[in-house]
Amino acid sequence: MTMIARKWLACAAIAGSLLTATAAPGFAATLKMAWAQDATGLDPHKQTAFSSIRLLELIYEPLVRLDGDLKVVPALAKEWTFSPDAKTLTFKLDPAAKFHNGAAVTSADVKASFERILDQATGAAARANYLSIASIDTPDAATVVFNLSQPDVPLLTAMGSINAAIVPASEITSGKIGTAAVGSGPFKLESWEPNQKEVLKANAEWAGGKVGIDGIDINVLPDENAILAALRAKKVDFALLNDPLVATLVPKVAGLTLNRKPVLSYHALQLNASRKPMTELAVRQAISCAIDRQDVLDTALLGEGEVTGPLTMPLYRSDPNSLFCYKKDLEKAKKLMADAGLKDGFSATVIAATGEPPTAAAEAQVIQSQLKEIGINLDIKMMELNVYVDTWLKGDFDMAIALNGGRADPYTMYNRYWTKAGNLQKVAHYIDDTLDDLMQKGRVETDVAKRKEIFAAFDKHLAEVSPWIWLYTGYSYTAQQQNVENFVATPDGSLFGLSKVTVK
Amino acid sequence: MTYLLRRLVTFPLVMLGVSVLVFVAIRLVPGDSITAMLGTEAGLLTPEQKQALSAYFGIDQGWLVQYGRWLSGVITGNLGLSVTYGKPVLEVILQRFPLTLELACLSVVIALVLGLPLGVFAATRAGRGSDLSVRIFAMIGQSTPSFVFGLGIIYILSGGFGILPAMGDYVPFTQDPIANLSQLFFPALTLGLSFTASVTRISRSAMLDVLSDDYVRTARSKGVARRNVIWRHALPNALIPVITLCGVEFGYLLGGAVLVEQIFALPGLGRMTLEAILQRDYALVQGAVLFVALNFMIVNLIVDLAYVALDPRIRLGSRS
Repeated sequence: MTMIARKWLACAAIAGSLLTATAAPGFAATLKMAWAQDATGLDPHKQTAFSSIRLLELIYEPLVRLDGDLKVVPALAKEWTFSPDAKTLTFKLDPAAKFHNGAAVTSADVKASFERILDQATGAAARANYLSIASIDTPDAATVVFNLSQPDVPLLTAMGSINAAIVPASEITSGKIGTAAVGSGPFKLESWEPNQKEVLKANAEWAGGKVGIDGIDINVLPDENAILAALRAKKVDFALLNDPLVATLVPKVAGLTLNRKPVLSYHALQLNASRKPMTELAVRQAISCAIDRQDVLDTALLGEGEVTGPLTMPLYRSDPNSLFCYKKDLEKAKKLMADAGLKDGFSATVIAATGEPPTAAAEAQVIQSQLKEIGINLDIKMMELNVYVDTWLKGDFDMAIALNGGRADPYTMYNRYWTKAGNLQKVAHYIDDTLDDLMQKGRVETDVAKRKEIFAAFDKHLAEVSPWIWLYTGYSYTAQQQNVENFVATPDGSLFGLSKVTVK
Repeated sequence: MTYLLRRLVTFPLVMLGVSVLVFVAIRLVPGDSITAMLGTEAGLLTPEQKQALSAYFGIDQGWLVQYGRWLSGVITGNLGLSVTYGKPVLEVILQRFPLTLELACLSVVIALVLGLPLGVFAATRAGRGSDLSVRIFAMIGQSTPSFVFGLGIIYILSGGFGILPAMGDYVPFTQDPIANLSQLFFPALTLGLSFTASVTRISRSAMLDVLSDDYVRTARSKGVARRNVIWRHALPNALIPVITLCGVEFGYLLGGAVLVEQIFALPGLGRMTLEAILQRDYALVQGAVLFVALNFMIVNLIVDLAYVALDPRIRLGSRS
């Protein structure tokens, strides 16, 4: 064999081994998963980012959780009762529930967890949802009694959040919450390399039943095109996607399934009703009438969503056609502008975060062109996410493109903005007695039918006074290989359904 | 030696300047560790909660106090604690650095292996069709962003061949050379392709200069073989600008090629620094920038010393 031929063979061998090393498929009883954004910490009481919640809900458990229909179902608590005056909430814990360290979950752990959440030194942002808890009694190891300072019907739903996760009292005492992840959930955290990889192992002693897989290996792939490529090459069995423009490519790949689920979070154009000329109701209503919400959805999100009013949860959601000016009405918009003495329009700036949502820039551009039709000249200011958050929290904007989180209960979702004492009134820039009254009534009303009436009135009034322009809700996206079965998506975007998944 | 000592003395001064710049710059950017962790939910915090979290993140004191505390640690080799990783900053950086170093070396090797011969080839055929083709290739290569190459490679591999470089975990070369190269080859190729274009153009230009020198004409007229004239006599003298370019590029790559690391999900220095900025992990950003600055200064020093090795006429630090 000549020297040249030997050299070519050697090269071919190296190339072959390089390709072979990359070509191994990813099917096993361990689910290989990918997502673009990683958790930013392991403390379930402190972490609020969607990406953190997605990881922590696999490890920790609250007292209750929400099912696919957003109904409250048992988690660590197997049953609960509200007193007739809705001022006492009693839970009975599941006697089989254990933490990953083998210790039983007791009422002492529940009490310690909530005391930690309510302690200002913890810095738990979700504390604001549990302020009605005046004291906690633990008559026995399996019973917890929350004594409330006032009736608080939404409290039960709020306790379904992973920010109300139950952690071992011993871990709280030793100060290890956030460094060691000791939960009671379907998976144990074996290792975590931030922004790189996490390895989860199935919890064989999970009280919620048998987990369908041995574990989950999660790789953080920052570029969602790379996630799609990994799915295509079968390096990954399951993936969480944020960008609708990438997600819509999944069905075009043979062997992949896209799971779409309408979510509670909503896209909105927030107006600053404390700045002229948006102090004028007519101006805000004109903006609402000028915007074609379906057009923004079709252009910026490729139609991946549904036009919505302020309330996005199925039980309370109104038909958008019944809300003020939800069909574009340019004539009405121009008349309203003229009535406000602004026939020639005005200029304003709209802020938007780069990549959050991924369609923010496109939404801003479509809205810019639509508002031009009534003489409003929008200057778009794109910002890095943290800069946007800082500006948003100060309320220092004319308008803002926002993707805000939704909740299963209207009070928990909106008390921060649309009550007089709301923590985010500075960002909402608007309040009136009607909104505040309706929110307070809804908080204490226990009858479901009456609650629906109260919040229907709230929804209608909010759309009419238009402090913000509610646009649409999008979808949560997960993609999976054909051999992955039994995953059920939920409207809150939870990946808890991975506890029931199997891999053929 | 005097030159070397003089250069080494400037290192601490430069590092001090860099430390002030990075400390101030990252804090001037709106948002902080609290908003990075909580996003808009940070608006729900009471003043007491904000104070508690500020103390947790070490941002509750004034800037001078924070800088003094951090600098006193740096002097003793302690770059602080990363709030993202829960580990010492230096440990996090040193975990990521081997991948970045290897990626930089591979990229430069690829660029030199491809770019130098192309540049020499074009210079020796100046004005002909083949020279034009090489120049067009170089122009396209320089104009195309590296992430376009990267996404293109990923698409071709995954769509056309059903394969993909391993993403996520880094396997060191000493642990498994095949797995290591299979992971880094395509990212290095992505970076190397962009750099190849620059090497091609610079080496072509330098060769053209050298090929017109008297001594080259003399060598040809004395009957020295063409191959020897080009590779033994002309090329070494054309390498000075190529080395300068490689030094600058290598130093830049040691800071991490952020886009390529993001696309190929490589846990390198660039991606780590970007994420630290986004998450306002102040200690990690400051430590990473200092580390990169130090690398850059070392690489520049090595490049300067290489000049002397290549061309004995060069005397570092002399007036003539």
